[in-house]
Amino acid sequence: MSDVATPARSGPSSTQALLVLLKARTFIALILVFAFFAFAAPNFLSTANMVIMSKHVALNAFLAIGMTFVIISGGIDLSVGSIVGLCGMVAGWLILNGIDVGLGWSIQFNTVEICLIVMVVGIAIGAVNGVLITRLNVAPFIATLGTLYVCRGAAMLFSDGRTFPNLTGNAEYGSDSFRLIGAGTFLGLPVSIWMLIAVAVVAAYVARRTPLGRYIYAVGGNERGAALSGVRVNWIKMFVYMFSGLCAALVGLIISSQLVAAHPATGQSFELNAIAAAVLGGTSMSGGRGRIGGTIVGAFVIGVLSDGLVMMGVSSFWQTVIKGLVIIAAVVVDQAQQKLQARVALQAEAGA
Amino acid sequence: MTVGLQIRGGTKVYPGTKALKSVDFDLHMGAVNVLIGENGAGKSTMMKVIAGVEQLTQGRILMDGAEVHFNGPDDARRHGIGIVFQELNLFPNLTVAENIFMGRERTRAGVDIDMAAQRRETRALMARLEQDIDPDTLLGDLRVGQQQIVEIAKSLAQHARILILDEPTSALSAAEVEILFRVIDDLRRQGVGIVYISHRLEELLRIGDHITVLRDGRITGARTMDGVDLPWIVESMIGEASKDYAKATDHPFGPEVFRAEEVCLPRAGGMVVDHVSLSLRAGEILGIYGLMGAGRTEFLECVIGRHPHATGRMFVEDRPLKSRSVAGRIAQGIALIPEDRKNDGLVQILSIRENMTLSSLDRVTTGIHMNLGAERRTVADFVRRLTVKIASMENPVSSLSGGNQQKVVIGKALMTKPRVLLMDEPSRGIDIGAKAEVFRVMRDLAAEGLGIIFVTSDLEELMALSDRIVVMSNGRVTGRFDRKDATETLVVAASAKGHALHQKEPAA
Repeated sequence: MSDVATPARSGPSSTQALLVLLKARTFIALILVFAFFAFAAPNFLSTANMVIMSKHVALNAFLAIGMTFVIISGGIDLSVGSIVGLCGMVAGWLILNGIDVGLGWSIQFNTVEICLIVMVVGIAIGAVNGVLITRLNVAPFIATLGTLYVCRGAAMLFSDGRTFPNLTGNAEYGSDSFRLIGAGTFLGLPVSIWMLIAVAVVAAYVARRTPLGRYIYAVGGNERGAALSGVRVNWIKMFVYMFSGLCAALVGLIISSQLVAAHPATGQSFELNAIAAAVLGGTSMSGGRGRIGGTIVGAFVIGVLSDGLVMMGVSSFWQTVIKGLVIIAAVVVDQAQQKLQARVALQAEAGA
Repeated sequence: MTVGLQIRGGTKVYPGTKALKSVDFDLHMGAVNVLIGENGAGKSTMMKVIAGVEQLTQGRILMDGAEVHFNGPDDARRHGIGIVFQELNLFPNLTVAENIFMGRERTRAGVDIDMAAQRRETRALMARLEQDIDPDTLLGDLRVGQQQIVEIAKSLAQHARILILDEPTSALSAAEVEILFRVIDDLRRQGVGIVYISHRLEELLRIGDHITVLRDGRITGARTMDGVDLPWIVESMIGEASKDYAKATDHPFGPEVFRAEEVCLPRAGGMVVDHVSLSLRAGEILGIYGLMGAGRTEFLECVIGRHPHATGRMFVEDRPLKSRSVAGRIAQGIALIPEDRKNDGLVQILSIRENMTLSSLDRVTTGIHMNLGAERRTVADFVRRLTVKIASMENPVSSLSGGNQQKVVIGKALMTKPRVLLMDEPSRGIDIGAKAEVFRVMRDLAAEGLGIIFVTSDLEELMALSDRIVVMSNGRVTGRFDRKDATETLVVAASAKGHALHQKEPAA
């Protein structure tokens, strides 16, 4: 036995306590990060800062929720950042130009219709990912890497790489309310936060309390076994990529509304932040394990860390280094937890 | 004839089981030593000990009278021992020549691989094995039978004094078997000691000089091949004492619950499942016996719908099985307990509860909402009925012993309320006590009116549990017996049909 095993030998109650600590590690990390910045960064705890920070976190959290389902199912979705960019451009185009049907007139849309169309675009790109992976047997990494490039290029093509400015909408068409997605508040909270709460609650419910959620875990844990148990593996995979596409579309809408402009480069490398949040929250890259709650806490740790460091005036180079170290530390601790948990379960079953 | 290698008092203990119990084994040089026994009898363990892959817990290995210790396969190889494993240890992404010289590359100055020399030697080996295989072919492009030839060539290239062949013919065609036998004859004349493991009795009777029979880790018969016949082999394999398996209960059978007609599963160059037809009545246990690769597992997989390109007609309670998907077949009353529990039966990372209900979540779901309380109650109920020993249903299923894992898989299958239960090697990898319990569960289920088809390689199990027996060989049904007519000898003979070298058997 190596030194690593020492905690387990000191009795079952302390092992249990350690296990609880390890399980809550992301949450503890969040509290520590919060406490640290509350002292170190002036104005960190002000309401204004809290609102700004949660708006930042929300963008990553949306993507991370979609990513969590994908990773639990044993896949990966690298295309979400590009989908954000493309969906933002689609929204901008619809607001500025509508759809030109080529007969000298065009169809204009109101805010709700624009949102629905953009969401459908996101879901459709997710469906393309899903078809590539389930029907054409392309590895998820490659399939979504391909759509990453295609979507980014398509976003550029929309405007020849230029920004769609002044997306204030047009009251005549009912699209002037588009700004409210990013700027509006309800009961003192930004609309985007309410949207995040809604998506998170639905996702957590799906994961824990529906057969669909259970099947996602089963597919990620053992695809062959799940298939022989009667799980429709291909449908489940289609769902997770489509859901991830939907989450990315929401982020595209929120960003273009917040900025009142759509830029085709928006969302670059967002997918990496989303993966980081999911991993930080305890999602296993090999599939079958992860929680929506953990992912959201993970997104907050990353968001609070980077905003806090900015407020302290730490250089962005150091921020990047620190973010990397935190992610690595999280995975190392996760491994320790898995080992300990497996041993506790084995001991319990050996005694049964 | 001389004895080249001896094991004296060899015992091998694995956690939980004794694989070898004080065996004394003589390996004759210049002869073919055939080794026979049921799965799990200890044949492979004994060969792994000789090849240095495993070490004896107790006992000695003697070569030419002097004690030797093999700390690894390299030690054994230095002593001139070569082994061809049942599972191929080859690299599909490398060429034939590269595979043959893996780890012993011909080099210039110790760095530069002499490809020309390797190709030359490979060509010579292939000529000796009468195979037209180019040394530069990628191994993955060869048929499995040809790959096995390459594995044999690899051992020949090492000039082994002792050559162990573990089921070398399982993937070979009749012509390839003939060539292999000529090579074996050749080697025997050169004084090489050959150990030959096979389930195919005709082969053993034809090329064997000495026979050793293993049962439950003990040697139960060792003699020269003269006068050995099927009944002697079967008796040595099975023994007199029968294990304490659940006895058949005499309940009346119901109407037919399942019928398969002309089920075929094609594969490149032949049929894995070749026009199999059978029927099953409610409350009946039908045992399917056969050798490795006889198509038994594949037949069950056709029934559950894992092979969408399978052909033939199947009926559950006279309704045709139309659905092509596993989920659809389960909904129509079929359930499968797969042979490979770890890879096919369970999701190791999930809890016991989540595994058990995976196939039948609709039982506890209204709309999209799962009632977790109802789920826990259902699982607790099945845990009690199947006497699964667990501390908590929330623990990962990987923390359970093999027997308890198997019961979780059985529970999962039963929760779908099947009319027909397919069980593939239900006793594989579980200890004797758990086996008896699994068999008791099977009996109880049959008495409740479930139709059970189970596949086994264990004759004793087959005889003890089956109401009727179907024997398969080479994808075809080669024998059908009622329990009262079946004898071990008849069943074993039927399982070898189609493997005979100079005879043709009509389909039974």
